[in-house]
Amino acid sequence: MDKPEHTQRQPKTDTRALPLRKTLSGLPVEPLYLPADQSGSYAEKLGRPGEYPFTRGVYSTMYLERPWTMRQYSGFGTAEDTNARYKRLLAEGQTGLSVAFDLPTQIGLDSDEEEAEIEAGRVGVAVDSLADFEVLFDGIPLDVISTSFTINATAPVILAMYMLVAEKQGVPLTNISGTTQNDILKEFVARGTWIFPVEPSLRLVIDSVTFSAEHLPRFNPISIAGAHFRDAGATAAQEAAFTLSDGMVYVERALQRGMPVDQFAPRLSFYFYTYADIFEEVAKYRAMRRLWARIMKERFGAHDPRSQMFRFGVVCGGKSLTRQQPLNNVIRVAYEALASVLGGVQSMFTAAYDEAYALPTEESAILALRTQQILADETGVASTIDPLAGSYYVEALTDKMEAVIVATMDEVERVGGMVRCVENGTIQRLIADEAYRSEQEISSGEHVVVGVNRYQSQEAGQLHLHAYDASILDRQRERLQDVRRRRDSRAVQQCLHDLQVACRDPQTPLMPCIVDAVRAYATIGEITNTMRDVFGVFQEPTVI
Amino acid sequence: MPYRVLVAKPGLDGHDRGAKVIARTLRDAGFEVIYTGLRRSVESIITAAIQEDVDVIGLSLLSGAHIPLTQKLMVKLNEAGVTIPVVVGGTIPDQDIPTLQQLGVRKVFLPSTPLEEIVQGVTAVIEHYQREEMVG
Repeated sequence: MDKPEHTQRQPKTDTRALPLRKTLSGLPVEPLYLPADQSGSYAEKLGRPGEYPFTRGVYSTMYLERPWTMRQYSGFGTAEDTNARYKRLLAEGQTGLSVAFDLPTQIGLDSDEEEAEIEAGRVGVAVDSLADFEVLFDGIPLDVISTSFTINATAPVILAMYMLVAEKQGVPLTNISGTTQNDILKEFVARGTWIFPVEPSLRLVIDSVTFSAEHLPRFNPISIAGAHFRDAGATAAQEAAFTLSDGMVYVERALQRGMPVDQFAPRLSFYFYTYADIFEEVAKYRAMRRLWARIMKERFGAHDPRSQMFRFGVVCGGKSLTRQQPLNNVIRVAYEALASVLGGVQSMFTAAYDEAYALPTEESAILALRTQQILADETGVASTIDPLAGSYYVEALTDKMEAVIVATMDEVERVGGMVRCVENGTIQRLIADEAYRSEQEISSGEHVVVGVNRYQSQEAGQLHLHAYDASILDRQRERLQDVRRRRDSRAVQQCLHDLQVACRDPQTPLMPCIVDAVRAYATIGEITNTMRDVFGVFQEPTVI
Repeated sequence: MPYRVLVAKPGLDGHDRGAKVIARTLRDAGFEVIYTGLRRSVESIITAAIQEDVDVIGLSLLSGAHIPLTQKLMVKLNEAGVTIPVVVGGTIPDQDIPTLQQLGVRKVFLPSTPLEEIVQGVTAVIEHYQREEMVG
């Protein structure tokens, strides 16, 4: 039989002579991948979804039973303002909540402290005490909706607030689900909401991990996050390597407490940025699944398959968004969301196009949610599991990514391990190197960013942006004063005293004391000050 | 003598990618660069600027608090009788630029500004200020 015409007319160009391209992170890309680029057996490297080494996905049915969780990072002003936004997003079909806190809440300041006043309710919702949480979750059923909290240094306080609000709603602790980010190591490197020095900070993380393993079987006490490394400048492979290395530190520390690995490891989860290089991102997630499964099984002896599962959420947007031609950001985020789903994501936040300027408006936030809904319901990408498996390119790039991640992790190990590298600024420097390199490539035009260094155009009219409401501080102050007036001050003082005593003894778990203090309506500032008096403050290595 | 610049992070925001890229860019362009690190009070930024005898202060602001934080700095600089020029960079909506200029900010750099433009812009601010000083 004659071959179809188009296959006979293939050009004779030798692809080896074509210039080599690179991924966004600089990995070389061949012009053409062939069967010879594959190595290893299917069973060893890929296997079935839901089975070791989980390369093809952590669940056997992936999106066929349930799509990924659509979880838009959101919060501003007071708890009332944010509660109203959450109800709107849920009404529009969002399937989980993700709380953005203001900076004072993240670094343990009450809204009426001098340093806090300017920032109260600005980049997220202001939370001072349990009273704010009662309003924040008013009318939201905590046994149905899971909530992710981007909170780190003060994560144990927020965890306590969440538990106690569930208690007030009559929801058993065994039924609440959600996540505290609680990954302090990366805060020392990027994002910067640290408070205490590294060791007491790690103590607090492990306290909440072990507490959670005992009391909150459906809650993820930590979301080990690479996203902030990435947005600070790290390559995809560095993002993956530093995050897996951080994950190993947390596992080691929990094991040192005497907790068996399979008791806490099933609740570890991860969080990353997805940028626009689709195949690089897919390869990154597939390689990390395989690597984490191996690390947990071989290095830490985890037997429970759930301990070996690399479950992750993503954010699409961040540094990949541009101020110029802001509507282009809708397109960027859509591609990033596509890559995340092809990579097997469990939950996703798609940023709004105006987030290169300010917090999103309600309108832009809903468009960002629609971006995920169109992907889930109209494109067919979720109709079969791991649809890119077997692609010569994707499998080769997954192998390459894995090799570079392992080499980077080994290098961190060689120079003293993650904790030391964070304390002395090594990781900070590596990331700053990449940020500088990437900015130079954009300035020179080597790295094309549409609307920035190619296809520039006259700026269109001004966007309608989210406006900061100057009444926030007064409203927040009022509730704080009301709380201080109505609570039993002696009970608060007693709880804070007990917490301070507990902090002085490294063997005493801190979570029970923190829960008691939060229950007595101690404020986040009071609880943080109590701990800071014992632990001191992190001394930042200022690396440029 | 190379120009001296203080790159500063006022307020509570922990995002320092931009500050560090700018610090390196200026350093590679021959400036002497002092970087404050995160979460510096306005008072400590002014103290550092005086002690280090810098020619310009660059504020990096990404938390949306650029107007009140800059205002606080400008007021304290005036109170201290310090006339070091101030430039600001970060996620700043276009409509806020006039307000920052009214506060006395000499130049506002927006995201994705080409690096050479930042070097030229900072140099121009310093030279303009020095000419003003000479004229008295």
